[in-house]
Amino acid sequence: MEPKDISRRKFIRATGLSATALTLGFYFSGESKASTIIKGEDAENYGVSLNSWIHIDTNGKVTIVCHRAEMGQGAYQAIPQMIAEELEVNLNEVNIIFGKGDTVKYGSQVTGGSSTVRGSYKNLLKLSASARDMLITAAAAKWSVSTAECFAEAGHVIHRSSGKKMHYGELVVDASKLEAPKNVQLKKVADYKLIRKPLPRQDTPLKTNGTAVFGIDKKIPGMLYAMVERNPRLRGKVKSYDDSAALKVPGVKKVFKVTMKVFSTDREGVAVVADSTWAAMQGRKALKVVWDDTGFEYVSTEEIYKKMKAELQSKDGLSAKKQGDPDPVLAQQKNKLDVIYETPYQAHACMEPLNCVAHHKGDSIEIWGPIQAPDWVQGDISQKMGIKKENVQVNMTFLGGGFGRKAFLDYTHEACLISKEAGAPVQVIWTREDDMTQGPFRPGVSYRAEGAVNNGEITAVKFRMCGQNIGHWMGSKKDVPNDSVLEGFQPHYFDNIKNISFSDIPFETPVPIMWWRSVYASTNGFAYESFMDELAVAAGKDPLAFRKQYLKNERCQKLLEKVEELSGWKARKPKQGYGVAITECFSSTVAQVVKVSKDATGKIKIDKVWAVIDCGWYVNADTVRAQVEGSIIMALGAATNHEIHFKDGLAVEKNFTTYRMPRINEIPPIEVHIMDNNEDAGGVGEPGLPPFTPALTNAIFDLTGKRIRKLPFDLAKV
Amino acid sequence: MATFKLHVNGKEKQVDVDPATPVLWVLRDHLELTGTKYGCGVAACGACTVHLDGVPVRSCQLPVAAIGIKKITTIEGLSDNNSHPVQAAWIEEQVPQCGYCQSGQIMAAVALLQKKTSPTDADIDAAMQGHICRCGTYPRIREAIKKASKKMSVKG
Repeated sequence: MEPKDISRRKFIRATGLSATALTLGFYFSGESKASTIIKGEDAENYGVSLNSWIHIDTNGKVTIVCHRAEMGQGAYQAIPQMIAEELEVNLNEVNIIFGKGDTVKYGSQVTGGSSTVRGSYKNLLKLSASARDMLITAAAAKWSVSTAECFAEAGHVIHRSSGKKMHYGELVVDASKLEAPKNVQLKKVADYKLIRKPLPRQDTPLKTNGTAVFGIDKKIPGMLYAMVERNPRLRGKVKSYDDSAALKVPGVKKVFKVTMKVFSTDREGVAVVADSTWAAMQGRKALKVVWDDTGFEYVSTEEIYKKMKAELQSKDGLSAKKQGDPDPVLAQQKNKLDVIYETPYQAHACMEPLNCVAHHKGDSIEIWGPIQAPDWVQGDISQKMGIKKENVQVNMTFLGGGFGRKAFLDYTHEACLISKEAGAPVQVIWTREDDMTQGPFRPGVSYRAEGAVNNGEITAVKFRMCGQNIGHWMGSKKDVPNDSVLEGFQPHYFDNIKNISFSDIPFETPVPIMWWRSVYASTNGFAYESFMDELAVAAGKDPLAFRKQYLKNERCQKLLEKVEELSGWKARKPKQGYGVAITECFSSTVAQVVKVSKDATGKIKIDKVWAVIDCGWYVNADTVRAQVEGSIIMALGAATNHEIHFKDGLAVEKNFTTYRMPRINEIPPIEVHIMDNNEDAGGVGEPGLPPFTPALTNAIFDLTGKRIRKLPFDLAKV
Repeated sequence: MATFKLHVNGKEKQVDVDPATPVLWVLRDHLELTGTKYGCGVAACGACTVHLDGVPVRSCQLPVAAIGIKKITTIEGLSDNNSHPVQAAWIEEQVPQCGYCQSGQIMAAVALLQKKTSPTDADIDAAMQGHICRCGTYPRIREAIKKASKKMSVKG
């Protein structure tokens, strides 16, 4: 099953409901009368639109648009779950479709920053309640009663005293002619029937029988398949190529050079277009390409880290935040701590390698793929291909992982170029090796942390970060600090640490970089929360009590108390190592405790992980738990399993044989607890990741006295 | 190019392809059975796992010419309606996140449970550790296998 598009619907009227783009539409078929329709699965549209997200056919079938990418994090469930709550429909009876890239209809669709729920829930609840009220108003008018006498339930409007009942399909045409009410009554948290419940995901059954359509599964009539041999040196060019052998491979149709934009730089390769994936792979193998690496810097991991260290030891960098003044305090202190933390470059390694189907039709383009930011892609393709934005249709499929990689705009552009040159719809598939070696990567970042304690109290802390700035790729100014220096750091530390500063030492390499789940919090969290632990030890304090001492904010206190209680922190036994860490990112705070011990052979074993998340208002408890579990496991891999090394400007690790992923036998038991409160919504997809690694290394210190300051490390060799 | 007759999910199919073509790409490009996934191409991730006469194999490494009369079962062939006990357990435990690796995970779990009706944790580790899940659904996979085992023993 594949969500069908709604693009061919024609709207005759559109008015804004609020500042966010809502279309209050009314569908007419070719005969100019209200549509009589519409079975979602086989019709080309979904009935009458009450706004951009809600469409109801005259049989009462409700179609809800998921305007954000579904890459595992649960948008396909969360968005309909929110809408169904206020619309008063049964979630298991609705169609769910993906919205095409369209900022006018949906606002931002960039699925990043853990923003889907926190960024849209107020608006979605409001417009769903508004649609419900329009249906109630339509029913009340039909019955000549007041709206106060009617209520909505399970896709029907019911007249309370008489028990009269009409389904939404009977009301939607009238309802759509009404002005959307501006003030609507939203439910109280206690009255929710769907929200906050651990409901099963609507996409689960599609993912247990092979019917979910990922980008790589997309087929369109006449589609050809392409593979690209790209310059392995990240930004290099093609000098020349010999395609004589490639063209002899049965099924190979065309071979040509393709230049794909990677922000301000170009990446060149040679595309082989064929009638099957296998033929394209064989044709590619038969190519002979001479590369032009002029101007390329032959970076190596060793050099990168050496340089970052030297920078940290010699420069102060650009100040990102300064409270009090740690410098004079540190200058006087004899026993100050002064340490370096190092974190590696990482590949996103989504299980679904990059791919994209593009159909260049001359003055229009349609593309399908695993795309995190369909609205960005629409704008990008329009600009780069010189085609009007309204003629660029961008269809999201399910994504086999995203983690930030699929918000990058290289592979979609490349597919459009190839379709144009091939004169046919083309699916471009990246091999695992292409996906892993071409980047962009999570930047490896190094930190210098200085600090001092006196009488059990922190007197000064000074953090410097040095690493590539993702913003620079996107054109941000180079004389300002990385805007993510503080990402991950629980801001309430500032309430109680008098002298503290953060700075960024700009650092450039030719390695392409991009957001990777939890972005800079994924590396910052390790440095900052490891150092808090070092300060606690220096102060002679219990690490968890030390955090409570500095994070007096009520929500932080409750969170730390909960993880303390769940983990049995106070009842720790000898030969058990306990570590704690607390980080904040994307408006959610997560505290974790990791317990380690040594197995019979003396190797470190992770016995258990306890995680407590305070994400404020949330939609689906089971999704929240699943996201925290998954974040912990992704962090475990990045901390103890894998790293992308560079040698002579090439990524060394090319596949899962050397980029070793955590396996089922390496996963400790994980217990997740969600704080229930009435605070504003925070993110869910990423905030569970940053605290795991410092909690783990702090636990290892607790057990062994060994402080780990460089990632990744081998658990078996501690 | 050569013609091959294949037994896939209880049906006979004919394809005309390069004999070296891995079964993975025959399924995906020629038979439109896209539930079986490409993940690494080197038998290191398990996403392409199908059954050959009931035995789990990495279809990315298996040339179509090597199949002969052996019967191929893919995720699409497990049941018509998600009713296989392993699929049912996967749904009850809400295992998938992105879902991309899950066809391979499920095929491996089915093969494990056919061999061992009540697998221990060590059996699960051994049977499943060739399968990568980037979303980190491993704890739920373990629970789902245990649940499926119970369902199957009740049935059988």
